[in-house]
Parts: sequence; C-alpha cells; structure tokens
Amino acid sequence: MNRREFLKSTTAMAATAVAAPSVISSAKAQSRAETLLIVSESGPNNIDIHGVGTNVPGYEVSWNCYDRLISHEMKTGPNGAPYYDRDKFKMELAEDMKLGDMSATFKLKKNATFHDGTPVTAKDVKWSLDRAVSVGGFPTFQMGAGSLTKPEQFVVVDDNTFRVDFARKDRLTIPDLAVIVPAIYNSELVKKNATEKDPWGLEYTKLNTAGGGAYKVTGWTAGSEVILERNDAWKGGPLPKVKRIIWRMVPSAGNRRALLERGDADISYDLPNKDFVELKDAGKLNIISTPYSNGIQYIGMNVTQPPFDNLKVRQAVAYAIPYQKIMDAVLFGLAKPMFGAKPGTPTEVAWPQAHGFNTDIAKAKALLAEAGHPNGFETTISFDLGFAGVNEPLCVLVQESLAQIGIKCTINKIPGATWRTELNKKVLPLYTNVFSGWLDYPEYFFIWCYHGKNSIFNTMSYKSKELDGFVDGAVTAAANGDKGAYEKDVKGFVDLAFADLPRIPLYQPYVNVAMQKNVSGYQYWFHRRLDYRALVKG
Amino acid sequence: MLRQIGKRLATAIPSLIGVIIVTFLLTRVLPGDPAAYFAGPAASPQAIEEIRKSLGLDKSLPEQFVRYVQDLSRGDFGKSLTTGQTVIIDIKTRLPASAELTLLGLIVSMLIAVPFGILAAVKQGSIIDHACRVIATAGVSLPVFFTGLLLVYVFYFILGWSPAPLGRLDAFASAPKHVTGFYLIDSLLAGNLESFRASLAQLALPTITLAIFSLAPITRMTRASMLAVLSSDFVRTARASGLSPRTVIVTYAFRNAMLPVVTTLGMVFSFLLGANVLVEKVFAWPGIGSYAIEALIASDFAPVQGFVLTMAIMYVLLNLTIDMLYGVIDPRVRLEG
Repeated sequence: MNRREFLKSTTAMAATAVAAPSVISSAKAQSRAETLLIVSESGPNNIDIHGVGTNVPGYEVSWNCYDRLISHEMKTGPNGAPYYDRDKFKMELAEDMKLGDMSATFKLKKNATFHDGTPVTAKDVKWSLDRAVSVGGFPTFQMGAGSLTKPEQFVVVDDNTFRVDFARKDRLTIPDLAVIVPAIYNSELVKKNATEKDPWGLEYTKLNTAGGGAYKVTGWTAGSEVILERNDAWKGGPLPKVKRIIWRMVPSAGNRRALLERGDADISYDLPNKDFVELKDAGKLNIISTPYSNGIQYIGMNVTQPPFDNLKVRQAVAYAIPYQKIMDAVLFGLAKPMFGAKPGTPTEVAWPQAHGFNTDIAKAKALLAEAGHPNGFETTISFDLGFAGVNEPLCVLVQESLAQIGIKCTINKIPGATWRTELNKKVLPLYTNVFSGWLDYPEYFFIWCYHGKNSIFNTMSYKSKELDGFVDGAVTAAANGDKGAYEKDVKGFVDLAFADLPRIPLYQPYVNVAMQKNVSGYQYWFHRRLDYRALVKG
Repeated sequence: MLRQIGKRLATAIPSLIGVIIVTFLLTRVLPGDPAAYFAGPAASPQAIEEIRKSLGLDKSLPEQFVRYVQDLSRGDFGKSLTTGQTVIIDIKTRLPASAELTLLGLIVSMLIAVPFGILAAVKQGSIIDHACRVIATAGVSLPVFFTGLLLVYVFYFILGWSPAPLGRLDAFASAPKHVTGFYLIDSLLAGNLESFRASLAQLALPTITLAIFSLAPITRMTRASMLAVLSSDFVRTARASGLSPRTVIVTYAFRNAMLPVVTTLGMVFSFLLGANVLVEKVFAWPGIGSYAIEALIASDFAPVQGFVLTMAIMYVLLNLTIDMLYGVIDPRVRLEG
C-alpha cells in the first residue's frame, strides 16, 4: 500500500458513496403504487395467534390472513375517523347468524374458499374453534372470557351450517366470536402437517398461513420483514385495494420518522409521542390519534401491605400525583385525562371515566399526617422497561412530587421479560402499568382488574366482597338484559373503585398512526393493530 | 502444517466446553422467566406452567443441561421463541449480514488507518501526525449510534443521497440467490449489477459508521509499531545504504511493523462483530448482535447460548488464522501447538 493507491482507493470509496442514490426503475415505481410499506419497531414471532407465546405483531398478521365467522361494523369514532362498532356485527365467513336463546346458528358463505382453493365447511369451523379452546394458553383463555370453553359447544349441523351452544347466558359470547382468536383454519391442510407430538399443527401454522383471509403471507424474515399478498378470491368482504403489503422492522424511532417524512414509508404507528406531535404540527402527514378502548394507564398500590393498606395513604398519593405535568411533559397532550372530574359530576354507566382527584399537595400532606406518617416513608416505584419511553419520565415526575409530601421513592426499572413475573408475585408496593381489554364493556375491565378472584391484572391484590357483588351483578344483569340493574351495578363498582382507590387512573393512552397523505381508510379496532383490508393508497 | 492446525484446534476444545457450561449457567441465572414472558399478557398461572413444561423448563438444571448437550451434539441449537425459527437458521441468515458489514467496515477502516498511521510515524510531529491523533480520538469518542444517526440525518434525510436505512436491501428489491450470504458477492455471482449496487448503497453508511469507530486502534497501533521499527538498526542501515525512502518504509519497515497491526485487526474484527449492535439497530440491519440482544431481553435462552457458542468458535478460528498469518508475514514466527 502506498500513497497513490491509498488516494485511489479513497476516491473510489467516495465515488460509490455519492453514486449511491437509487434510481427507481419504472417497473419498481409501478409495484410501489400497489404496495404499502409499513414500518414498525418489532415484528411477529409467530403468525398464528393460537401459537405458544405469539406476540402482538403476530396478532396483526392473523387478523388480516384469517377470517372469523363474524366481525364488527364501523362507526365514526371520537376523532371523526372510522371506529369499530362494539354493538353491530357484520358477517365475514358466515352469511347469516340466527341468535337463539341458548345458541347461535351460522350459515356459511357457500362460495368461500381457503387460500389453496378448498371450500370452507362447517367441519373446518368446528375444528378451528375446538383448537382455540383446546390448545391452552392465551387463545383458550380469551375464548373462556366469552364462556366458550368446551368443544361440545361447537356443533356441525350440515356442511354449511354451524351452531354454537352457549354454556350459560353471557353477553360476551357473541363479541368473543369476533375477536382475533376464533379464526377459521383450513383443517385438512393443518391436519396433514400435524404430528403426534403436535396434534393441532401449531408448528406448521407458526410459519405458514393456513386460512382464507384477505391476505396471505408470502415472505417472512423474522425480525426484519413480512410480505403479504392480497387473496384475490376473498369472499369475506369487498376486495381490498392494496395488492401487496411490505412490513419492515425499523428499530430506531428516529429512522422511522425520517422514512415517513421523506415519503419512503407509507405508515408507522409506534413513534414517541413527541414525534407525533411534531409531525402533526408540520402537517405533511396524516396523523390519527384514538384513545385505547377500555384501556387505562394507572398508578397501582399493593393494598395488602403497609403503608398502602391504609386508605388515607392511598388518597394522599392520589392528591400528590402531578397529573397535568404528566399529560404535558410525558405525553405531549396525546392522551385523554382520567382525573379532575368536577365535584358533583354524576357517575356514568361507562368505563373508562375520570375520577375527582387533582394535584393538591397541601391536602396530600394533611392526609398523610392523618394516616400516621407525618414525615412520610420510603418505598419503591416500579415500571416496565419495555415501555420506558413513557414509563420512565412518568415515574420521575411522580417521584419528584411524592418527595414533596415526604414519600421517598426509589425507581425500580424492571426489564420486559421479568415484568410479568414480578406482577404475578404481587409484591410491588407502588408501580405504573397499562391495562386494556379487547372487549369494551365496563364489567369486563373490572373482572380482570378489581375482582376478588385476583387475576394477574388485579395487580393491587384488591379484594372487596361488595365490589365483587356489583361486578357479578352487572354480568348477570347484562346477560338477562336487565338494564336498570346493570346501570346500578356499574355505577356501584365505579364509585367503589374510586372510593377505595386501590389504583389511581391517570389517562387513557392514544393509539397514534402516522401515514402519508395519499393513504386513507385507517380504521380503529379493539386490537389496535392495522386492518390492511380497508387501507387505500393513492 | 495441517498437524499443527489440528493440534491447535484440539487445544480449543476445553475452552469451548467451558463456554458451553458457563453460558448455560449464566442464562439460567438471568432474572427473567421465559414461561411467564411467552405466556402472553393474559396468562393464568396454569397457562404459564403449561408453557414451562412445553419448553422443558420444569426439569432440574442437570437434566436440562444433559438435554442441551445431547441436542448440541446433533447440531441442534434449539429454537428461538422471539423469532420462531431454529437458532441455526437464524444464525445462518444473520451471521453473514453482520460479517459482511463488519468486514467491509474493517477494510475501509484499514485502507484509511494504515496509510495514515504510517504517514504519522514517518512525519512524526508534523501536521499529519496531529491530524491523525485528532481524527482517531474523535472517531473513537463518538458513540456509533450517534455517528450512525448523524450520517442518516445528513446523507438520507437532508441530502437524499443515501437510500432509506431499511437494512440490507431496499424494501422493493429482492435478495440475490443465496450462495455465501454476502449480498455483494452473491449479486456478483448472479451477475446482477443492479442488485450489487443496491446492496453497496445500503452498506455505505453503516460501513462508514463502523470504520470511523475502528480507525483509532488501527491508526495508533500502526503509528506506534512503525515508530519502533523506524528507529531500529536495520532501518538505519538500509537508509545508510542509500535505498529509496519508499523501499525503506514499505518493504523493510512496514513489513516488520505489521505483526502488532494484524493482531489489532483480529481483535478489532471480533470486537466489532459482537459490538455493532447499535449500528445494526440504527440501520435496521438484520445482524447477529441485535438478534442476541433481543433474545437476551426476552430471556430467550437458546439464541443467547447459540450466539455465544458461535462467537466462541469464531474467535478460535480467527486466532488460528491470525497465528498462521504471523508465519506468512514473519518466517521467524511459526505455529507451535
């Protein structure tokens, strides 16, 4: 190596760097117009929602590649954008649904086929729902939430007719048939690829789509991209406009934003709030923000152990939280406040709704003194590092504010992998967390988060006979259509939750989606992921 | 020669066994519970137990270890729960991505750093020497994610010269037929120049980022070892004999100064391969570093063990190669088992 060679090589290098801009050929431009490029932080680990440990991005693939018997109609949401209608169902694989007293009968669309061309029969439907209630883990659990627990509940009447028998009257049974889990699989194809050790063929569907939905996966490189092509023979609804979806994983949020702003990516939906606010102000992109349905970020307190077993201490904390600061500095206004309801506001038959607490340090100090902690105490505040973008600044603000009333908090950052283990132990004294339910009913939220059967989401270990009575009452009243009793019970448990205050709701988070101006058709769904079928480009 | 290589490899076996045991134990000591993590947000304790059983994590540690070793002996590294693939497939697709990037980064860095180091040594105390010091220090003190983001901002976002930082290929291009896994080589083998150019364009910014970072050790090592050699007797003799400065520096001095440089190169390469996680994250590069980190965050044992083992094997091979290079560069150094 000498000087001349060195110079030569560096100039060559510089030349290639400059020559780098890619010239898009016309064929490429054509496919660009029919393709939607989505960028997000992480991708699926399994494209079957029935799989062991399928992550949330995997749900999105399942939603778009499989059909269910029924789905939801759209209505106009709180922000004017399309929003799924909780109470109105539309037919997807079924062409007709007849509701009986203790069963529902579905007629299947006669010409519906799977991706490989085999017709969809009632046998496939039964096999798929049997699978959902039998594989264990999350799918079985979700089916159970709608009282769908046993294969005997699913009956093949004839090739085109299928019946679901109800285990008991439950208002959530029909909505539960429209969530992602009860997807309909090509039973023969999956059975062919099943093994003795894996009778439900989970290993096969983990990597292959075996359904009849509007899209099929044609390429998947874990951790880097998913490619989906439209199924032109789809019968579940009007043919989607976008022919091909390319979904790329771009871990750096800054780059996702740059890709959007340069017009290279069409859609992204997990950017930091600050970026969304700035993008909104710049006005070059369409930004749609929708509050999580039935979802709340809250501060939880362990009510089984001192000092938080004392109601006065919990109230003191509720008065010490810097609600508005969190809204402004952490969320940049992209959330719906769940605090500061005016005194005397009547309790609504709805959830989430705001509580009456506001930041009032003097009152908090007084309450803490009354509780027998005039000089405060020491504790830890924990959060899930997986969502550090919001959780960390939030906890720092809470820490600062609690210090003013003498409560010294140490911040405990828990990695995503251990977060659930820690929650399950139910020993964290003070923490922040998010819960949101797919089924948008107040009693559904309370069953998971407040009921004395102490599910993992009742992170406070809160137990109250009175509240359980209200929740159980509401479930029964809803099943029997007793509106008066239902409203009384819902108001009852909401009031009690705010009076006993085992957790302090902070805000309803927003789902933020940023897309190019020429992309339209975004719909908000209970699962908060994208529905490609409605998207239009150009 | 072959016998020596064989001997040399045999000595590596105990360290590999050690690596297997240590990584197995370390991953088990991690605080996370993979069963709870993969059971999903709404899992009941019973569902978590079912998953623990299906992952084989309900067995005792020695039992798990025996199973792990048995699987290893069949060439089965286990399955990744985060990507859903077998670890072997993951490593096979991701290692070339990292290796291509790292090698190219190292070559670029070497092309700049070695001449720079030599110039700095020959003209000690000159402006070039000072410039060399400043650039090397600046390069090593800028964190790679910062340099990376800065380059993306300037060359992609502002100037639009560079393609979108979307990993190894533009979203609308397809990968060349798999031969080596190195897109540059594969696209040339397939005779597809457009694909070659596209891959090179994607590689440019991450390569420069890595090169800037690794300039320092190579420049400084070249300079130091050149200085030592230049002040030695045989260089003085060569100069006194009237040989041209070029012959003295390139043929005599540099060749003798190369040994420590090669050692540094080997070290920098293996260091970069594992440590370019941040570059991979910034450029959405589907490499092995980000793979291992993601697995670690999810307490996904199999990929972590697979990654450490692969790295250990690569270190062994790399060291062997470097030792053999010594023999080529300096006949006085010979492989000794």
